Amino acid sequence: MSEGALGKIYTDGEVIIKQDAAGDCMYVVQSGQVEIVQSTAAGEQHLNLLSAGDFFGEMALFEKEVRSATARAVGDAKVLKVDKKALFRRLQEDPLLATNLLQTMSHRIRALSKQLADHEADSR
Amino acid sequence: MKHSSELSVLDSFASLANEEEAELSLSNGSRVAVVGGGPAGSFFSFFLLKMAAAVDLQIEVDIYDPRSFAHCGPAGCNHCGGIVSESLVQILATEGINLPESVVQRGIESYLVHMDVGSVAIQNQAGEQRIAALYRGNGPREGGESRWESFDGYLQALAKKKGARVLHQLITNIHWRKGYPCLQFADQKEARYDLIAVASGVNSNFLRLLEDMPAGFEPPRTTRAYVCEFKSTEAEILRILGNSVHVYLLPIPRLEFAAIIPKGEFATVVMLGDDLDQELVHTFLNDPAVGASFPSNAVPCVCSCSPLINMGARKRPYADRMVLVGDSGVTRLYKDGIGAAFRTAKAAASTAVFQGISEQTFRKNFWPACQTITKDNAIGRFMFGTTGILKRFRFLRCVILRMAAREQAHTSRKPHMSSLLWNMFTGSAPYTEIFVGALHPGFIGNLTLNFVANMWPGKKRKEVS
Ligand SMILES: Cc1cc2nc3c(=O)[nH]c(=O)nc-3n(C[C@H](O)[C@H](O)[C@H](O)COP(=O)(O)OP(=O)(O)OC[C@H]3O[C@@H](n4cnc5c(N)ncnc54)[C@H](O)[C@@H]3O)c2cc1C
Repeated sequence: MSEGALGKIYTDGEVIIKQDAAGDCMYVVQSGQVEIVQSTAAGEQHLNLLSAGDFFGEMALFEKEVRSATARAVGDAKVLKVDKKALFRRLQEDPLLATNLLQTMSHRIRALSKQLADHEADSR
Repeated sequence: MKHSSELSVLDSFASLANEEEAELSLSNGSRVAVVGGGPAGSFFSFFLLKMAAAVDLQIEVDIYDPRSFAHCGPAGCNHCGGIVSESLVQILATEGINLPESVVQRGIESYLVHMDVGSVAIQNQAGEQRIAALYRGNGPREGGESRWESFDGYLQALAKKKGARVLHQLITNIHWRKGYPCLQFADQKEARYDLIAVASGVNSNFLRLLEDMPAGFEPPRTTRAYVCEFKSTEAEILRILGNSVHVYLLPIPRLEFAAIIPKGEFATVVMLGDDLDQELVHTFLNDPAVGASFPSNAVPCVCSCSPLINMGARKRPYADRMVLVGDSGVTRLYKDGIGAAFRTAKAAASTAVFQGISEQTFRKNFWPACQTITKDNAIGRFMFGTTGILKRFRFLRCVILRMAAREQAHTSRKPHMSSLLWNMFTGSAPYTEIFVGALHPGFIGNLTLNFVANMWPGKKRKEVS
């Protein structure tokens, strides 16, 4: 995926979205890397490392829940914010716009299912 | 009750109609021609091939355009201000298209509104660069070696990557043979296609050729704009214009709107108005409000053009096996023409792949997307009409400036006027939404307060800066 020029630069370790905070937008990584981490009782869990072209925070578009994880820059990262309003305005006219989002979400469910299966196999 | 023989006649007519309808769809091996490889043509080809691949439909797509976007100056350029709107940038990113650094010359953070009564900077509320300033071609005539690429060239490359063929040929005519559209080239040779997407814009004679067709397309109404490039150094352009688009609402007769857009070592001046001529251009450039915000050592007009701008379609832009996208069909009034090209091109592509290519199918599935734009344009026309009133009354300009300046200075306030100006100038929201925002009690209340406060002589001097 080629790198994008727009958005905002976040420096190494800077938090882009915080777990448990409210949110009404999603983000697209334009350049650099973004780490997704989740705080649990057992400590901080690394969930994913995203690079140019990857989305995050998209769950907040479809449900009214708080952010499920924290996203922070690894090195300098450029990230573009996509407003819920701008996206939903277009989705009304062009439902196919959701295809890319659905694809990403479906990849994530697949990866999670695999992780879960691996985890169960390990613990047996 | 119907007689049985009557039923069978009706049934056979129905099945005939269904067969015809079935024929008017794309199938494996279908050939599609796209006349024009600007944004509308490239977006159409990109999405047509992407959607066809998703349903395992194998089709051929040929994009015809004599223009090479590798050329500097008018030969490689589709004459425009070169702003990719905030809404389009976000939608493209959602589609997986992130405009690269090689194309974006400047990420825009704010719009500076200049009036004879003062200036105000309207900051992007998202607090980030979400508007792109770029060149449609390979930059102005005096550009020389540049590190930037053409936007139209970039989009064409995306379509090529999906499998489209780009042929640098001019289409000189179009006619129908046995129900199929045929394109004619300069050497009189012809090629038959299953579907033709017309994306020729309004700045060529191609649309005139469609007037004689059975569907009798009439080209859209147009008006002339003026674009010229000023050359300086990258550092000087950045120092004086910053990452801001400068827009001018000046009481100059015949001038409706003007903007200066920073790009690399150039600044693009765009003007809209009635009977734009050299005299009007000079009056604008010599206005004190312009002089104060413009690079002093810039070389004027190294490249200029007077392109046509689409002011409204006259006829429905489709027929059997033919669809008109982008400027050649329906576009947005004054703002975000590239965004409208994206919307109509994608709507036409999804109709062609998933529904069919008959006139009826386009009417049912493609036309509603165009209608959303045309209905919104009607509100836009009214809103732009009010700028005429604004230009006539200095007092009103002072009120608007005061209200926007105070909102920008106190970020805790709801930015009623700032949002209105931002959305009007950037084209980020539909005109209907802007209009509804202007009817908000908060907007009206604040406007009234600023109106009254502006009549207070002592305060007036202090507030307007
Ligand atoms: C002064 C001005 C400023 C503007 N500023 C902006 C702006 O800042 N932002 C924005 O979003 N929009 C802007 N617009 C609008 C924008 O330029 C158009 O909406 C956009 O270019 C439409 O894209 P298109 O692909 O439909 O047509 P075009 O960009 O006009 O492309 C048409 C293509 O078809 C080709 N062609 C024509 N005839 C033939 C033929 N016979 N055979 C083969 N090929 C052919 C041409 O070579 C061209 O490449 C501006 C317009 C003007 C006039």
